[in-house]
Amino acid sequence: MARPFDVRRQRGFTVVAAFCFALLYLPIVVLVTYAFNAGESIANWEGVSLRWFVAAAGNAQVIDASIRSLQIATAAALIATTAATLAALATTRTAPYRGQAATFAALNLPLMVPEIVTAVALLIVFARIKMATGYTGLGYLIAAHTAFCIPFAYLPIRARLDGMDLNLERAAADLYATPVRAFRHVTLPLLWPGILAGFMLAFVISLDDVVITEFVKSGGQETLPTYMLGQLRRVITPEMNAISTAFLALSIVVVTVFFLVSRKRD
Amino acid sequence: MSAADAIAVAGVTKVFGSGNGQVAAVDDITVSIRKNEFFTLLGPSGCGKTTLLRLIAGFEFPTSGAIWLDGADVSDTPPFRRPINTVFQNYALFPHMTVEENIGFGLKMLNRPKAEIAERVAAMLKLVRMEALAGRRTNQISGGQQQRVALARALAPAPKVLLLDEPLSALDYKLRKEMQIELKRLQAETGITFIFVTHDQEEALTMSDRIAVMAAGRILQVGSPREVYDAPADRFVAGFIGESNLLPGTVERVSGGLASVTLSVGGRIEAVAPDGFSGGGPATVVLRPEHARLMPAAGAPEGAIAGTLATAVYFGTDTHYHVRLADGSDFTVREQNRPSVEARFHAGDAVAAVVEPRAARLLRERP
Ligand SMILES: Nc1ncnc2c1ncn2[C@@H]1O[C@H](COP(=O)(O)OP(=O)(O)OP(=O)(O)O)[C@@H](O)[C@H]1O
Ligand SMILES: [Mg+2]
Repeated sequence: MARPFDVRRQRGFTVVAAFCFALLYLPIVVLVTYAFNAGESIANWEGVSLRWFVAAAGNAQVIDASIRSLQIATAAALIATTAATLAALATTRTAPYRGQAATFAALNLPLMVPEIVTAVALLIVFARIKMATGYTGLGYLIAAHTAFCIPFAYLPIRARLDGMDLNLERAAADLYATPVRAFRHVTLPLLWPGILAGFMLAFVISLDDVVITEFVKSGGQETLPTYMLGQLRRVITPEMNAISTAFLALSIVVVTVFFLVSRKRD
Repeated sequence: MSAADAIAVAGVTKVFGSGNGQVAAVDDITVSIRKNEFFTLLGPSGCGKTTLLRLIAGFEFPTSGAIWLDGADVSDTPPFRRPINTVFQNYALFPHMTVEENIGFGLKMLNRPKAEIAERVAAMLKLVRMEALAGRRTNQISGGQQQRVALARALAPAPKVLLLDEPLSALDYKLRKEMQIELKRLQAETGITFIFVTHDQEEALTMSDRIAVMAAGRILQVGSPREVYDAPADRFVAGFIGESNLLPGTVERVSGGLASVTLSVGGRIEAVAPDGFSGGGPATVVLRPEHARLMPAAGAPEGAIAGTLATAVYFGTDTHYHVRLADGSDFTVREQNRPSVEARFHAGDAVAAVVEPRAARLLRERP
């Protein structure tokens, strides 16, 4: 009897899969391992130690960049998620209107525009604003991050709304809930996992950004990724590995917390 | 509208789409629903039942015409200001709330005091026999239980009118029968006007005070179950409610409300004529399968409808005989089965159908 098609039985599948996984995870394993190296090198293993974590934690520049990164990511993710929530509601909870497809495209286009193009464009626009106003604060970075975070926040929220029965909101209206109360008591609680997912995604994306940040930042506004990039051009010590490992741990914590929270909600 | 009416639908049309894609889902419907009535909208899929219900609930607004509730025009009133509640086809229970919270939602939105809500929710739980599951999430209860919660949720605010959109269609046969009885009991106990949507004619006949038969956005006939079954207004109603035999023929004469019709397949029938019917010419006679009896062709009285038995189908309580008539059309006779009596006829037998007196009706043909 002929077996149904099963990709796992194809010749060479296991080899290709193993190769891909190795390529993906082996460098990370090496990076994390050497974060615990007692020696000065990122290539010679000299025993286990936490010295590079201690060094990173005591490095004023690292702390400064980390705080800035978190500030930008928090602000950008909050604003982007709010905007994305409103956009998702406007594109799913209204009667079909002319230009709905165009709205959808405009919301998602930033995912397809090469980041370097956005970066250059923002650089030019912000330079003019800086000249005109003299303001050089974090606002530019927050605005830029918000802009590219919106589509990432929009997708999970929109997906959640698409999967939500319109009759639930009708039932709320039927049971005497005004539109505002129907939103507060029915739509929002059901949308919450989507909003949380959108926020987490936006947060991680912002935290991780190099290209746009590098172009937009003013003097002395290093974020953790741009600081690391700057350091890598000079001396490379396991301190970089330690910072990266901490970064990785933070991402894992964020994603895990989200997973647990959203599972409890459903 | 009269004071006895809970709802009056006055010349309501609802058009969806625009240009060439326009559909009148509800097409100039006028109907009144009395207070405390169990009123059923019956019709095939896509005939506009849900649309009419949604217009009454306020989820849609009429393209033209008006809807009156208890003597007030509510055509422009949003749903959250209409004292009407709905049991949705898919129940639409709030998945993030418990059974109790679902039932109490309407009262909470009406800003009733907490104590009153608790009391009312408890009474509703008792009414639908769901006390034991009050704290459950709605995705942790069975379909029949969800149905009862949906009912309790809609009844809790004591609406003037309750709308039910095919609430039983997702249930299996046995549970469906139980819920039919339960719904009738609830309607009698609460005295609330029920507008019930179904496409199941048996359900409509057994539960309703009055039935409106719909097709293609229009109401064809409104009447008691007996009226629509015994005196269908037209061909569609006759075919949709129960099975029926439609026999073309020619009216010879009419006297005392009875028309004497010569059938084109041979045989003659005395058919009850609609009020005010006079005149002769071509007409159609409708006859229910249970109102005829089969006998052997040999020895059949004059005027009996003769044919050949094509099949006999055993249905448990009765047997359906399908008789092929002279023109090749099918004529159905339904006879009740008696214990230890085998089928009286077999395929290929020459048979004749005799019609009970006053059982056949002449159809009023619509232009
Ligand atoms: N929002 C809408 N937009 C366009 N057409 C619609 C809309 N709602 C209903 N219709 C059309 O109106 C007609 C009546 O629909 P409706 O849902 O009222 O039928 P129904 O009698 O409830 O059918 P069913 O028994 O299948 O539930 C259908 O032809 C349907 O396609
Ligand atoms: Mg329907």
